[in-house]
Parts: sequence; structure tokens; C-alpha cells
Amino acid sequence: MSADTLTRTTIPTAKRPRGTAFGPLRPLRLGLRRIGYETKTYFRAGDTVFFTFLFPVVLLGIFSVAFDALGPVGANPDGTGGVSQAAYYLPGMIAAGILLSGVQNLGVDIAVERGDGTLKRLAGTPLPVISYFIGKMGQVLVTSLAQVILLLLLARVAFGVALPTEPAKWLTFVWVYLLGITTAAVLGIAISRLPRSGKSASAVIIPPLLVLQFISGVYLSFTLLPTWLQNIASIFPLKWIAQGMRAALLPDSFASAEAGGSWNLPGVAIALGIWLVVGLVVCRVTFRWIRKDS
Amino acid sequence: MTSSQRGSAPAITVDGLRKSYGAFTAVDGIGFEIARGETFALLGPNGAGKSTTVEILEGYRERSGGEVNVLGTDPHHATLEWKARIGIVLQQTGESGNVSVREQLTHFAGLYPNPRDVDEVIAAVGLEQKAKTRIRSLSGGQRRRVDVALGVIGRPELLFLDEPTTGFDPEARRQFWELIRSLSREGTTIVLTTHYLDEAAQLSDRAAVIAGGKLIDIGPVDELGSPDARVPLVRWRDPFDGGRVREQRTHEPARFVAGLVARHGEPAELEVIRPSLEDIYLELVGSAEAHTGTENAA
Repeated sequence: MSADTLTRTTIPTAKRPRGTAFGPLRPLRLGLRRIGYETKTYFRAGDTVFFTFLFPVVLLGIFSVAFDALGPVGANPDGTGGVSQAAYYLPGMIAAGILLSGVQNLGVDIAVERGDGTLKRLAGTPLPVISYFIGKMGQVLVTSLAQVILLLLLARVAFGVALPTEPAKWLTFVWVYLLGITTAAVLGIAISRLPRSGKSASAVIIPPLLVLQFISGVYLSFTLLPTWLQNIASIFPLKWIAQGMRAALLPDSFASAEAGGSWNLPGVAIALGIWLVVGLVVCRVTFRWIRKDS
Repeated sequence: MTSSQRGSAPAITVDGLRKSYGAFTAVDGIGFEIARGETFALLGPNGAGKSTTVEILEGYRERSGGEVNVLGTDPHHATLEWKARIGIVLQQTGESGNVSVREQLTHFAGLYPNPRDVDEVIAAVGLEQKAKTRIRSLSGGQRRRVDVALGVIGRPELLFLDEPTTGFDPEARRQFWELIRSLSREGTTIVLTTHYLDEAAQLSDRAAVIAGGKLIDIGPVDELGSPDARVPLVRWRDPFDGGRVREQRTHEPARFVAGLVARHGEPAELEVIRPSLEDIYLELVGSAEAHTGTENAA
């Protein structure tokens, strides 16, 4: 910093500053800017990219290869109507991806930002809280869409999974995905309050979510679980996201293997809707930039 | 932001400010005013209540009692427009390690309605060579400069600096002082907490000394402490008194030393000490703490 550069700071700059004036659209404009910033930093953090972005992709690859010798799943006695192991695991891996990209990613991310002073710094700037949330939700949507596309491509190209052709199936896919990822992102923001420090964030948030993945029909077939465990899992949203994804991606003949013998899509919508509202209320009530002392 | 704001209503008014955590009182009835365009230093030992006071002014903490007005607003009810007018350099550095210096400053500039030019701010904190470096790869002192840059990027009317030069080498501190002086010339009101008394003396128009949650002195830095504390001290070893070290406070040290020489010849280990700011400050804080001690014992 020479004397020359110092004097330059005192001269009013002729360049138009790239700021954001106050106005009704300011929260949205800043929110969009936050999405770019958040997405950029997400893909620069190697461990996050592996454990939340690539993890379901890697697992789909492993399961598809490892269980391939077991033959098709759900085939009729005459050998027709079944699907490959890759096709069978695809809906579960997409559901797991939604959980990881939403709940795990934001839960850990925001707890770390609270611990390392990032939130305190932002609290001192004129950034609206809603713009911060838009940035986080947008980052989740962008990264999760990339993840889902990667999963679908892997299944289709590497394992020859026949994706549905009926528009109704894709419609189910789209609404279950959008409702699922929104709910997961909101719940991620809500549980980011639980870890007492940034260092403990991963340890507090990841293990319960791992248990949830095992009891929600992601890695293990849901109907293999004892009824009481099914009932517990049915409280949580992952079971419903996975069920909705199976409804979208598996042949309708598989509906009979579900609990209750049908896809129960209204149940999926209601369960996720309730969790979305609960998550929004918790965020609204508990989110603070910093832990203010009383 | 301009000199026209000097002389108008004070930038900050604090009256009877109190902050308690349960039975512990961290800030106990502090009051002061800071004028627009002034550079004001808050001095005091660790745990004296400096940072608590500053964080109440910044809107980070709620107060237990008293009145606070910062740029015409109670910081407890701060709006985003108000936040756009202040800049904050916190005591602790935030991480945000995955972006480069320029990316971070560009992003933060976009949060303010009338930001400074990003490259000019990078140059002003001396990070031109590191503009494209990820913040996590910077040294502690360089990260601190990023903090300072983020504090001034929004062209604040009022800048809070909480121990800004911790971790700076002497050269970097002097450069930082130049930056603060140039901000002050532009009319920025600056509130500085620091452990370095030379920093307060170099930069600030006035200073307040806080100890034990109380304001124990306030005024221009060269007028802090009692007049007695500024009286020069003559110290020498007296050979006629068993080699004891003697001290004498006097307004006329030269005349006093001349008298000594006339009586005893050249005095051994002669020193004439003009109390430094640090001496005065330590005496102030020391006597305040002794006072609090007797109060507690009573």
C-alpha cells in the first residue's frame, strides 16, 4: 500500500459503483447474487462435494454392480416384469440425494457459518435475512438438480435403466422432487440450530440422517423392516420422498410391494406438506444471525 | 461522509449504559458522545467492557439499561438502511476461505447502495498482489486486512474497528494508520478499540479509558490522567543514602538536576523521565482497579 494508492482512495471514483440501491426488489436481487456466491463456494469445498453431491452417485454405481448377479427385482414367475438392480435402487438414491443436498448440506453448512463468524459478519451488513435464505435454497436447488441429472444419466447410460415414458410418471417425478427438495432445504436451515458449535456440526447432523436412510427404504427395501420400525420411519419425510420417487420411476406393478399395497401419493403430498410447514415455522421462530445473549 | 456533516448532531450518544450477565455487571453506567468525523479510541484492559460496549453500539448485543443513539437510531432497532451506513471490523476474523480476496470484496460491495471501488480498496489495504488468492491461503495479518477492507467497502459514515491491527507487523500497522487517516480526512467517524496506546495516540482525537465496566477517564489522548501523572520524574542513585534509588517529581527537572550536581557532583544512574502515555494509562487503570477492590471488600 503505497502513498499513491492511499491518495487514490480519497478521490471520488468516476466509475458507477456496482451496489444495490434500496427498493422493493432488493431482497430478490441480492438473493440471486447470493445463489451464485453460494453455489461457487459449494463446489470449491471438496469434502462437501464428495459426501453430499457424489455420495449417492457412487452408491448407485456400487449397488448396481454388486447386486447385478442377483438378477432382476420383482420379476413374475415367468421371468417377465422385473427391473434391474440399478433401476430398483435409482429412486432410493435420488431420495437420499435430496436428503443429503437439502438437510445434511444446509444443516452442517449454516452451523459452520454460525461457528466461524460468517453469519456475524453478514449480520453487520445490509443483507436481508430473506436474501440469505434465497441464496441457500437456490444453492440447494442448483446442486441437487445437477445431482439428480447425474444419477439419471448414470442409470440410463451406464446401466441401461429404462426411464419412464409416460408423462404422468414424469409429472409425479417433478412434483415429488420439488416438494421434497424444498422441504429438505427448509428442514436443513431449521436443524442448523442444533449443533452448539461449528466443529460439532457434522457429528451432530450426519449420524441421525444416516440412520434415517437405512430405515426409510433407501438402502433396504422398506417392507423388509418390522412394522414398528416402518411406523417410526413413516413419521419422517425421507420415507415419503423415497416412496414418491418409486411411484415415479418404477413400473406400477411394484405398487403392490409398498406398505398398504399402493403408492399412496396423496399421503406423500400430505406428509411432505406438513414437514414443509413445520420447517418454515421453526426457521421463522429460531433463526438468528447470531446467538444473542439475553 | 463529507465535511459538511461535522459539527451536526453527534454520531454516537451513550448515556448510563449498563450490561449485566446474571449477577455480573460487564458495563456499569458508561456515558459519552462522539462527534461526526471524530476518531475516538476506547482503551482498557481485557474484560474491561470495551468490546461489550462496542457490540451494543453495533447492534450485536442488547443492553440491560441506559440510552444509546448511533447515527440517529437505537441500534437495538437497527434497519438495513442503518446497517448500510456503518462498517464493522470485528475482533474475530470470519472464515469464508473458499473465495479470493477480490471475489469476497466484490460480493460484499454488492450488498451496499454506494460502495467503494473494489480495486481501490484492495490497493488501500495493500493486497494488490493477493487479489486473486483464496482468503484461506493468506497469512493472519493479510486476513485481517481483508476484514478491514470488508469493513470499509460499503463507504460507511461510521466505522467500528475492534482491535484491528492485532497480528500486524510494525510496517503494516503504519500503513494501516495511513489508511485510517485518509478515511478520517474523508469525514468518516471512527470508533477504535485497541490495546496499543501508541495507536490511540497516533489516530484518535479523543479517547475513553474503561476499567471494570466504568468510564474512568475521557478526553484528548495527551490530556488523559491527572495532571500530577504528567509531572516529569527525576531518578538517580544516591551514594550518601546507602546507594538507594531516589525519585523526585518536579516541573523543573533541569533546575533540580543542576541542584543535585552542585551539591553532590555527577549523580549516578541519572534519569529524567517524562511519563509516557503508557505509564499514565497503567496508573489510571491500576488505581481504578485498586478502587474497585476496596469497594468489593467493603
